Amino acid sequence: MRHTISLLVENKFGVLSRIAGLFSGRGYNIESLSVGETIDPQISTMTIVTSGDDQIIEQITKQLNKLIDVIKVIDMTEFDHVEREMVLIKVAPKQEDKAEVLRLTEIFRGRVVDSSKTTYTVEVTGDEKKIQAFIELLKPAGIKEFVRTGKIAIVREGIKKS
Amino acid sequence: MKITGAEILIESLKREGVKHIFGYPGGVVLNIFDLLYDNKDIQLILTRHEQGAVHAADGYARSTGKPGVVLVTSGPGATNTITGIATASMDSIPLIVFSGQVPTMLIGNDAFQEADIVGISRPCTKYNFLVKDIKDLSNIVREAFYIATSGRPGPVLIDLPKDVTASKAEFIWQETVKIRSYNPTYEGNKWMIIQAAHLIAKSKRAVIIAGGGVIISGGYRELRELAEFIDIPVTMTLMGLGSLPGTHELSLGMPGMHGTYYANKAIQEADLLIAIGMRFDDRVTGKLDAFAPHAKIIHIDIDPTSIRKNVRVDIPIVGDVKRVLTALNKVLKEDIKEQWDEVRKAWLRQIDTWKKERPMTYTYSDEVIKPQFVVEKIYDLTKGNAIITTEVGQNQMWAAQFYKFDRPRTLLTSGGLGTMGYGFPAAIGAQIAHPDKLVIDIAGDGSIQMNIQELATAVINKLPVKVAILNNHYLGMVRQWQELFFHERYSYSHLEVVPDFVKVAEAYGAAGLKATRPSEVEPVLKEGFKIKKTVFMDFIVDWKEKVYPMVPANAPIDHMLFEEQKEKSEKKLKALK
Ligand SMILES: Cc1ncc(C[n+]2csc(CCOP(=O)(O)OP(=O)(O)O)c2C)c(N)n1
Ligand SMILES: [Mg+2]
Repeated sequence: MRHTISLLVENKFGVLSRIAGLFSGRGYNIESLSVGETIDPQISTMTIVTSGDDQIIEQITKQLNKLIDVIKVIDMTEFDHVEREMVLIKVAPKQEDKAEVLRLTEIFRGRVVDSSKTTYTVEVTGDEKKIQAFIELLKPAGIKEFVRTGKIAIVREGIKKS
Repeated sequence: MKITGAEILIESLKREGVKHIFGYPGGVVLNIFDLLYDNKDIQLILTRHEQGAVHAADGYARSTGKPGVVLVTSGPGATNTITGIATASMDSIPLIVFSGQVPTMLIGNDAFQEADIVGISRPCTKYNFLVKDIKDLSNIVREAFYIATSGRPGPVLIDLPKDVTASKAEFIWQETVKIRSYNPTYEGNKWMIIQAAHLIAKSKRAVIIAGGGVIISGGYRELRELAEFIDIPVTMTLMGLGSLPGTHELSLGMPGMHGTYYANKAIQEADLLIAIGMRFDDRVTGKLDAFAPHAKIIHIDIDPTSIRKNVRVDIPIVGDVKRVLTALNKVLKEDIKEQWDEVRKAWLRQIDTWKKERPMTYTYSDEVIKPQFVVEKIYDLTKGNAIITTEVGQNQMWAAQFYKFDRPRTLLTSGGLGTMGYGFPAAIGAQIAHPDKLVIDIAGDGSIQMNIQELATAVINKLPVKVAILNNHYLGMVRQWQELFFHERYSYSHLEVVPDFVKVAEAYGAAGLKATRPSEVEPVLKEGFKIKKTVFMDFIVDWKEKVYPMVPANAPIDHMLFEEQKEKSEKKLKALK
């Protein structure tokens, strides 16, 4: 099963390689990873999407906790949480498809952030399903390239899943 | 007053109580070495290879419980430490390794003798540091000692750029260390401990598996108390040997691949396993799905990742072994007053039958020296009152099987990594820490050649380390596997040329003795132990001898092959394949 794991880590030199090294060294996979600052500049947050059976996920969280620079590990899957990802997609639609691309972008509450004679670059934010659906729908119009940020997640206030 | 980084380093080491450093010099650490030239508090032991320095520091640490300290130069000096660091890491041994580094402004430029040792050592250290600012230096040293020695211990590396040790700053020293993201759990969960006590009380066929954690935590008295209180038999992993005396009537010896028949039988028939400070290595469990099929498992370990990594666990208890056992013994004594005796006696009787059925033995010969005989004689002559180190291979297993380790910290062996070349430098480190003890490396003719250059270190420091070479002219353990599993195709396991170890020893200024017949074994050992020098004792042993019993890799641990039924065993092997 897929899990979204959120980490608070010391914002120190080499932390990212310790975490990446843990995953590669022990054969766990990383589907996405995003890193950013937190309210405290000495602390960074990382959101990692990984997958494995219960035993593997338990090992992953324990191994992460064991790293000296890791302050806190939260398996988001155990909590009610909000998750978001952003994607930038460059499409090169034929003349007759252009309107459809713009229409889809609007339906998905996206924005066109750049355009050229032959392409549109579109930005969309949402959870994984929404992003996936958007990409699927744009495919027939001719996607040249896309870039995803990887997932970020935050726990909803006050509710723990039973 | 401002002092140099090198001076800050030495002052910090002094405050950490360091008396010995094992090391090797080079360009970027010369200013540190210069301070050691006339230092009265700290002695540097110059080894002949950086790997030797790390193993020596490791032997020092294992035999004392204190952290071992290493100082090497950048680049090749640093990379030469990796095998030693990985060895210590696998066995949870506290080390502080200082490596020189090129000046900060050159890092990343492929400068002369630059190596990214922080990157290289990351997966085999508990933690590592690159000191970028002299102001952090004393604090980093303090944190390194704290991290290396607390929780589940392990090696920590500190990379020291040349400009950091050369520049100047005020010396600051913090009395306490606190790292907010690092808080090992020492006390076991009370509720779990009570549950564990109930399980123990209900069990009819309990077995304790004690690992290295018992020794590291110093919890051997508590282990003994637990075992004796209700007569639970104890099997000890390679790392746990000595946590209960090998001569104790409840001792079952070692379990697993080359363990005793009765330890493996007991585990397979047990209704309760109490796993203490051990991590269910594959050499212990054999085929996982067939391991201890009837047992509930209580697992006590300070490292949460050890729990449920390999085997299912019914009662996990994260904590320091000594503290958890103290609490557990208390609960057991207060709460549990049921009648044990009859059920337990039946179990002990059963184990006794297994012991009689297949004791740990070998076939003695008076024609050719059996390697087991040499180990047995070493035990008889030392009465267990020695520090034994081993190399890796058959020699290591025979040492584990036939020497009865009666005290903790008397077996220093590379368990997790299985590093050939560990034993001799480790013996040197142990001898430095225990000048008056008899320290013996039980070696193989292959392994001893991996760090044989340390003869010079032993001789120059007048260390009376003894090396008993079980000389079979083979990479014996490899040969054994080839005989049993590769149709006797001895691909590159015959050493062909083995040096005259007596002459090698003498060339370095050590003493060399040799035994070729069984009748010479005892006289050679006696003489070797008497000589107040480094001694190599070369025992020409039966090269055909194999380590038995043996569980083929990934077979259930009660599917053992035994010596006397070689043919039957081979049939069984084929059936297993
Ligand atoms: C550094 C290293 N390289 C390779 C091995 C694999 N290996 C395990 S045992 C062994 C043979 C050891 O030979 P020797 O020291 O003569 O011991 P024996 O088995 O003959 O007692 C080898 C090559 C190892 N454990 N360590
Ligand atoms: Mg050999």
